[in-house]
Amino acid sequence: MKLQFKQPIKLLLILAVVATSGLLMSHCNISPNNKELTANNLKLETVVTGLNMPWSMAFLPDGRVLVTERGGKLRIVNGSQLDPQEITGIPKVYYRGQGGLLDVALHPNYKENGWIYISYSSPKKEGEAGDDNGANTALMRAKLDGHQLTNIEHLYKASPNVRGGVHFGGKILFDNKGYVFLSLGERGQKENSQNLSKAQGKMVRLHEDGKIPTDNPFVKTKDALPEIWSYGHRNPQGLVMHPTTGTIWAHEHGPQGGDELNIVEKGKNYGWPLITYGIDYDNSIISDKTEAPGLEQPVIYWKPSIAPCGMTFVNSPKFKEWNGDLLVGSLKFQNLEHLVIKGNKVVKKEVIFDKIGRVRDVKQGPDGNIYVVVESTGAIVKIGPKA
Amino acid sequence: MKITSIITCGAIYGLTFFSNSQEELAKSMARGKELYKESCITCHLANGEGVKGTFPPLAKADFLTKYPEKSIRAVKFGMSGAIKVNGVDYNNAMPPSGFADDEIADVMNYIRNSFGNKNTQPVTEKMVAAVKEK
Repeated sequence: MKLQFKQPIKLLLILAVVATSGLLMSHCNISPNNKELTANNLKLETVVTGLNMPWSMAFLPDGRVLVTERGGKLRIVNGSQLDPQEITGIPKVYYRGQGGLLDVALHPNYKENGWIYISYSSPKKEGEAGDDNGANTALMRAKLDGHQLTNIEHLYKASPNVRGGVHFGGKILFDNKGYVFLSLGERGQKENSQNLSKAQGKMVRLHEDGKIPTDNPFVKTKDALPEIWSYGHRNPQGLVMHPTTGTIWAHEHGPQGGDELNIVEKGKNYGWPLITYGIDYDNSIISDKTEAPGLEQPVIYWKPSIAPCGMTFVNSPKFKEWNGDLLVGSLKFQNLEHLVIKGNKVVKKEVIFDKIGRVRDVKQGPDGNIYVVVESTGAIVKIGPKA
Repeated sequence: MKITSIITCGAIYGLTFFSNSQEELAKSMARGKELYKESCITCHLANGEGVKGTFPPLAKADFLTKYPEKSIRAVKFGMSGAIKVNGVDYNNAMPPSGFADDEIADVMNYIRNSFGNKNTQPVTEKMVAAVKEK
């Protein structure tokens, strides 16, 4: 009788202890002392202001930062100071709509060879194909001597020239295997994303000196441009390589509700405008299909569109819990998105740093902090853990 | 007799002038529509309604009628910061269009006469040229 009475109490006690400790533990998980990294334990600092329509940045080994201004100037930021003297030697750019001076990237062996790669909207020159007063995206490289670009080499220009100010792409990526990739928008002519004889809506792959690799996928295809690596893109303005697997990830501006994140692979067709999750900006239907055989599916798409621009993989001891994740900038909502990546999937998406301005570029700096180029405020901001 | 002919001539002249200027406006609007599709439509949308709280509307926007000069300046030089349009607050940034002055006149004429807006007084290249960055 006594035993029968005691046992349930014991059981109840055990249950109570388990429940309480469970509650305590779950409480621990949301307390500020936990290990989880959120925007709350990060701080945002303005590094420099006074830039005019900045587009992209590159970190020089001496600590200075190169910044492109879309109007056509290359600037130097030294600590928190914007060098008033611009760098000379930038060619004339087509500054209209989304066009102008675009990306800047250093060669992976910059310390040894000093090559700086620059992309821009290049106005039509005599003898080039396409519309008079048109333009298309070009890639050049040069070395920096004081405030002057020297050894300028024009490596590539997308053909044909097209009139109008939209969809230049323009992101540069080195794969550390001796190749450089350049993203190209379709210049507002969506059907040409599927046309292999035109460099619109494509990713192109070049040797670092601009020569076209003989193992590109369409080198032997009749009427196809040999520089093409992948096609069916709309306007890709985020292009990065995974720090450990080496896969190439790109995001692109889609139509309304159709911005995409893709894993870019050799010879593949990413579907624009044959398949899309969005509709056109005049509300017309572009395609009633969102998938079709032979056309790649995005990793994710954004509905509503965020107008993605700039992107980086996190690979930093300062952001351990986020390593391997992506940070994506949004022009439209003026924030950053943190995409949690598992393998080839996005398993979680969260907005961090809302209303920081129109984000043009997101990069991890050599110090392991995240740097963001904000177009609307003309600033570079730094994101790092609170002390 | 003299007076009647003067009046008639005047009326004909006036009508011709008026219809000419309306024809000019229509042509300007047609050019402006193409420019709108190129540079404005992704944010302000095809119907000019924008995105409430993010991108201000152009359709029946009080801002356009209240501040025609500010509107031109926004297209010419860009615009950022807090504004109120039709009672809703916006705090975003618009980049400069990169359009030439005549193109800005065209796109303004399209916007000012579309989406339920009506302004028969056309914006001219000269008016755009007179707008400075501040």
